[in-house]
Amino acid sequence: MSKIWIIAKKELTSFFDSLMAYVMIVLFLGFSGFFTWLFGSDIFMSGQASLRSFFSIAFWTLFFFIPAVTMGLLTDERKTGTLELLVTKPVSNWQIILGKFFSALLLICITLALTLPYYFTVASIGKVDHGAVWMGYLGLLFLSASYISIGLFAGSLTNNQIVAFLLALLIGIFFHLIFELIGSATGGWFGGFFNYLSLSNHYESMSRGVVDSKDVIFFLSVILSGLLGTELVLHKRTSSY
Amino acid sequence: MEVIIDNITKSYGIQKAVDRVSFQAGKGEILGFLGPNGAGKTTTMRIITCFMAPDEGDVKIGGLSIHEKPEEIKKHIGYLPESNPLYKDMPVIDYLHYVAELQQVPKSLIRHRIGEMIQVCGLKAEKYKKIYELSKGYQQRVGLAQALIHDPEVLILDEPTSGLDPNQIVEIRELIRKIGKEKTVILCSHILAEVEATCDRIVIINKGQLVADGTATNLRKQAQQKEIFRVTIEDGDRNAIFAALQGLESVETVDFIPKQLQSFEILSKANVSSRKGVFRLCVAKGWTITEMILVERKLEEVFRDLTVNN
Repeated sequence: MSKIWIIAKKELTSFFDSLMAYVMIVLFLGFSGFFTWLFGSDIFMSGQASLRSFFSIAFWTLFFFIPAVTMGLLTDERKTGTLELLVTKPVSNWQIILGKFFSALLLICITLALTLPYYFTVASIGKVDHGAVWMGYLGLLFLSASYISIGLFAGSLTNNQIVAFLLALLIGIFFHLIFELIGSATGGWFGGFFNYLSLSNHYESMSRGVVDSKDVIFFLSVILSGLLGTELVLHKRTSSY
Repeated sequence: MEVIIDNITKSYGIQKAVDRVSFQAGKGEILGFLGPNGAGKTTTMRIITCFMAPDEGDVKIGGLSIHEKPEEIKKHIGYLPESNPLYKDMPVIDYLHYVAELQQVPKSLIRHRIGEMIQVCGLKAEKYKKIYELSKGYQQRVGLAQALIHDPEVLILDEPTSGLDPNQIVEIRELIRKIGKEKTVILCSHILAEVEATCDRIVIINKGQLVADGTATNLRKQAQQKEIFRVTIEDGDRNAIFAALQGLESVETVDFIPKQLQSFEILSKANVSSRKGVFRLCVAKGWTITEMILVERKLEEVFRDLTVNN
């Protein structure tokens, strides 16, 4: 566990050293703040003390930002050869992958924590469904974790950051949009199956404030399969360098 | 700790990078590991450091097998890879701290070890700089510092002195020799003079196969079965001397040495020496030998013989 933390800490520091973290935070707060407070179906338009507009905009901004965060995590190590250095230290592949996973998740946590003033503001102007807000944040965290593990998997497949970024978006868009579209276009067990695979459906139900073990299990399985895939590829790549 | 490489084979597709290679390195020994480009040196290093697994065979370090206890083995290895990969965005001191933590150096010792490494590798003025700001030689020192930071029992160095200036090369060789007294060092290099100056024993591989294993002196002897020496003989006609030398029983060929009128290079027949014969000949004829030098084969030639001919 301590080695996961050592790696996560190092990655998190380099996010901040390379300005990545600041750009990410500023852009995320800019986008989500603009659409939550100033433009489109913002809070004042809806006339309700709720953060629904924030959660639906964060749903999209995170979808695009997370691949940008994760794209360098593994590709850089492979390209510069530092992976060889890391793998020959007394750490397992799992510790490396989890370290990187948590570094990205921590960055997202910090970013999301900075949006808490939205919540306090809304809470001060009206009666807020506190449960729904916290569940919404939890949903965002689950969603982020899922896209991080998909991003890591995409990064394990290539040495190129841009390819990793696009690949993560490509895989992500299925969970984000396409499965849902297929699910609603078809019916029966087939449609139900795709509806279940759609990440947006699960996020939706969570941000409404409903905790369903079905949703949690879904998110955990996406995260786990992403990480498992990453480990598999990494193991294969290092054993046949 | 003893390193035993036992019959390892590793293929990439149909190409065998390492083919049934076995050798050992004991405690207190510096082993030079030589071979031309693409001979399988780096692959062997990567197998020893548990970066990848061999298709067949085993490596045992301190009695532990790389197949069973890689995690345990990695704790005792310090490794400087060939290309010296580094996290270039990190300051030197942070990088060393990170590696020390990964290598499980006890928290109370980390600062002390970092200080020592900075001292030993001459990084004092550079310790707060980011690694990409350093010159190649200094980056090499950082690579060496990270390999040594946990005081490893087994040190594996791939071209440790590349990019260093002559003074630093001497210092680093000195350091490697010092470490080699108590630890096991495997040193990979193209610079034969360096290997000869630092290593106790030399292993040469070519096209994935072991072609030589022994001390530098032994390797030379093995490769040089026929004696070669140069003589300068005065007080006589050079053609007469040439003919007389050629007439000796133990001599295979005699050559004139260009630009030196009275000098000859003599190649003896296998396993015999003709030096005494030459001396007696000169005494009998009243010639004077002013110079007689045994020509030692250079390690470079031994290396070329072993790796080009087969």
